[in-house]
Amino acid sequence: MSDAAVATAAPKLTRKDFVSDQDVRWCPGCGDYSILAQVQKVMPELGLPREKFVFISGIGCSSRFPYYMNTYGFHTIHGRAPAVATGLKISRPDLSVWVVTGDGDGLSIGGNHLIHALRRNVGLKILLFNNRIYGLTKGQYSPTSELGKVTKSTPLGSVDYPFNPIAVAMGVDATFVARSVDVEAKHLQDILRRAYEHQGSAFIEILQNCNIFNDGVWDSLSDKATKADTVLLLEHGRPLIFGKNRDKGITLGSDRRLQVVTLGNGASEEDILVHDETNRPLAYMLAHLEHPTPIGVFHATARLAYEEAMGKQLEAARQKLGPGDVNALFNRGETWIVE
Amino acid sequence: MEPMTVETQTVGTAPTKRREQRESVVIRFAGDSGDGMQLTGMQFTTESALAGNDIGTLPDFPAEIRAPAGTLAGVSGFQLNFSSLEVYTPGDNPDVLVAMNPAALKVNIGDLMPGGILLADQDGFDAGNLKKAGYATNPLEDGSLAKYQIIVVDMTGMTLKALEDLKLSNKVASRCKNFFALGLCSWVYSRPIEPTLNWIQDKFKKTPELVEANSLVLKTGYHFGETTELFAVQYEVKPARIAPGKYRNVTGNTALALGLLAAANKAGLPLFLGSYPITPATDILHELAQYKNFGVYTFQAEDEIAGVCSALGASFGGGIGVTTSSGPGIALKQEAINLAVMVELPLVICNIQRGGPSTGLPTKTEQADLYQAIFGRNSDSSLPVLAAATPGDCFNMAYEAVRIAIKYMTPVILLSDGYLANGAEPWLIPKFENLPPIPVQFRTEAEGFFPYLRDPETLARPWVKPGTPGLEHRIGGIEKEDVTGNISYSPANHELMTRARARKVAAVAQDIPPTTIRGDQAGDLVVVGWGSTYGSISAGVDEVRARGKTVSQVHLRYLNPLPPDLGGILRRFKTILVPEMNMGQLLTILRATYLVDAVGMNKIQGQPFKVSEIAAKILRLLEG
Ligand SMILES: Cc1ncc(C[n+]2csc(CCOP(=O)(O)OP(=O)(O)O)c2C)c(N)n1
Ligand code: SF4
Ligand SMILES: [Mg+2]
Repeated sequence: MSDAAVATAAPKLTRKDFVSDQDVRWCPGCGDYSILAQVQKVMPELGLPREKFVFISGIGCSSRFPYYMNTYGFHTIHGRAPAVATGLKISRPDLSVWVVTGDGDGLSIGGNHLIHALRRNVGLKILLFNNRIYGLTKGQYSPTSELGKVTKSTPLGSVDYPFNPIAVAMGVDATFVARSVDVEAKHLQDILRRAYEHQGSAFIEILQNCNIFNDGVWDSLSDKATKADTVLLLEHGRPLIFGKNRDKGITLGSDRRLQVVTLGNGASEEDILVHDETNRPLAYMLAHLEHPTPIGVFHATARLAYEEAMGKQLEAARQKLGPGDVNALFNRGETWIVE
Repeated sequence: MEPMTVETQTVGTAPTKRREQRESVVIRFAGDSGDGMQLTGMQFTTESALAGNDIGTLPDFPAEIRAPAGTLAGVSGFQLNFSSLEVYTPGDNPDVLVAMNPAALKVNIGDLMPGGILLADQDGFDAGNLKKAGYATNPLEDGSLAKYQIIVVDMTGMTLKALEDLKLSNKVASRCKNFFALGLCSWVYSRPIEPTLNWIQDKFKKTPELVEANSLVLKTGYHFGETTELFAVQYEVKPARIAPGKYRNVTGNTALALGLLAAANKAGLPLFLGSYPITPATDILHELAQYKNFGVYTFQAEDEIAGVCSALGASFGGGIGVTTSSGPGIALKQEAINLAVMVELPLVICNIQRGGPSTGLPTKTEQADLYQAIFGRNSDSSLPVLAAATPGDCFNMAYEAVRIAIKYMTPVILLSDGYLANGAEPWLIPKFENLPPIPVQFRTEAEGFFPYLRDPETLARPWVKPGTPGLEHRIGGIEKEDVTGNISYSPANHELMTRARARKVAAVAQDIPPTTIRGDQAGDLVVVGWGSTYGSISAGVDEVRARGKTVSQVHLRYLNPLPPDLGGILRRFKTILVPEMNMGQLLTILRATYLVDAVGMNKIQGQPFKVSEIAAKILRLLEG
């Protein structure tokens, strides 16, 4: 039976079908709960049978995720989920493979695998839960912690400059780069759907609150009172306008840098940049914008996925040489007979 | 003996030549890395195999890819032992050394048998090259090599002369000189040159001028042998008596790749290789990368960790995941191998061992990763460990590694080494239909499914392909509850699962064939080896037995678990000798496992044992 036939024949799935029988063990109030809820909400709407989903994670609080999804799942080792997932996706392109990782898992110990999966454009949906801290090991600073971060391992403040996950993904020419926030339920759902539909790697940085070891790091972006002024919503084809009164916007200044302007104050709507997901240089600039903080799809572009390219090579080899004949291979080269 | 130098033009009428029989001959071709010595050696090997001899070969590459020409570091060698008797090794000391320059002479002359033939290229021994090799005077002329038969031939000069009409540049033309050496040696040992002529046709088909040039030079070298007075004798090595059938030459790495492919095909599973280049394992990646029409996936990962992880991901998906590396890479993979131990998925890890800790001796051989394979992971982490004994045996053991991995749902480590990887031997070509079956059962039945419900006989857990409806489940590295596979930190469960994992690996012993004892079943001395020492030990044992002494030999291919009959066998001998190219790793394991007073024999020089070394040690022990 083809995948499509399975999809149409299968009974309609609901959120519950994606909830496993395991008790969720995150701290009460952890941002991971909301992310889990959004993923479980979106999965049944995607039209793919449940058994075709696989969640692969590394190690960290965030990486417990697969246990709570009633799909196939693999909780691997620290930092290596993209590598495990790559092997699975190459050999099983029929599966929808999701990677769940943390800022430590994905950008510290596993940074190498993350960037290589993205540059190869392996068809993985990579969710990086960024709480700017090591949660599972009880609160050391992470590669995304802000400079000067005071933690148990940095009592006088950290002295290393942090990674910007979006800029990292842009830097390796990832084909789908987005950011969302744990508590922005609707926004996160939309981004997850977009990621699912994207051919190739989809990278989503999800700003996540660790209420135990780094409470409130993203508050200004999620607090109803402030977020209108701190968050810039990226929407393809729409002007980059934000602010409680939608009176602020982003323009390209005469110095070729992004500039925040107030509308009416010498700037009109025509001066405001219109977001274009396919415009890579714009995405680079937005990646480095901090005030306001952009959320949404920075960049989306089509490029042949790695597993498709490899599948094509295998198929071409079969066309050219015929299906492999093991005996013929055994007998390749110079042979001789001993009577 | 006075060195004999031959002028190009002295080729006169062909003198009548004597023909002499030889039982076996060991020849070593040595020159600069750019001189094509590997190719020359390989072609001479093919000619010898086609002449019906049994053969053993050993290439010896420089560690640097492009060491400066003419220097000691740039010397590349290839040794071949061809015989009318059974061959176990590439031979200890060559009877013939072909030296294309002074550096090659300096590096290799110490190995040449006293009275052996030294065939040198006159042109290569110019002042510049002599200086680079650190010779104050020309050793071919200063009498320092009097104990050898020195034959100096102006190979380069005659090569250039033969190619005069072809209008090739001097540089291109002189690079054909290795074919002169090959042609000449082919004549001296009565090898047919037709196979090499055919090979040249094929190899250089895109550059017809090189087909012509190399063929011409090969024939020139051959005819020179016929006509020159330098060689009064032409030697003949009769065909060996070997098991009938169809043969080809294989290196260990090729055989290993073929074994993996054959097993995956037998099992009906896609083969996935995740690998990162490292000497001497890389050729397996190269080889498997050519099998794309078989549906083989080869993934050159960003590092060794990703290599093994991607392979494990493919196994999770229902393929047979394989990773290939050498010691330093295996060190990086161990955490992921332990994940495979916990999630109990099939995985094959091939370690083509090289010498020394860290980067060590990348191009030299050693068998010092046995501890790493058996003990090198955190916690109680048992997995089957196999080792190939000969280049051809790499095929069998790779096949066996896949079979065990699938049957017992476990990672398996297969040990080979640089000596097997690059060494070649004639391989009796198997028929795919006759290889043992590798049954695979993917669970599809949801009723009664538990991820860690074990098969009573093998203790394997069920293998489920993602995509199977109703069997969605999660696996991972955290300790599992027995049967359900849910996360469990229960103390009693951890002990139960640790013991279950160990028992499962121990159960592999039921698949190990009875141990073969070469020689008497009991007695004064048994020599126990593993891995690539098989050749030297066998030949050493045979040599001692030929002198009327009794000594037996056991060679292990299964190192964890050990063969169930091994303890009984060891106790039937008064003395147990364990030769190893390490500080005594199997020795320690045998002593600990069986409480036997085995003695070690250890060589840690990046070089295989010589047959004479093994024989001498056995004789010393027998004499007490
Ligand atoms: C090889 C290895 N090194 C270290 C650890 C310990 N460790 C587990 S999770 C973690 C950091 C996790 O941080 P992050 O990825 O940000 O995940 P979070 O817990 O914040 O979700 C560390 C250091 C480990 N499990 N394995
Ligand atoms: S430690 Fe932080 S990240 Fe981990 S579960 Fe608790 S709140 Fe969440
Ligand atoms: Mg974190």
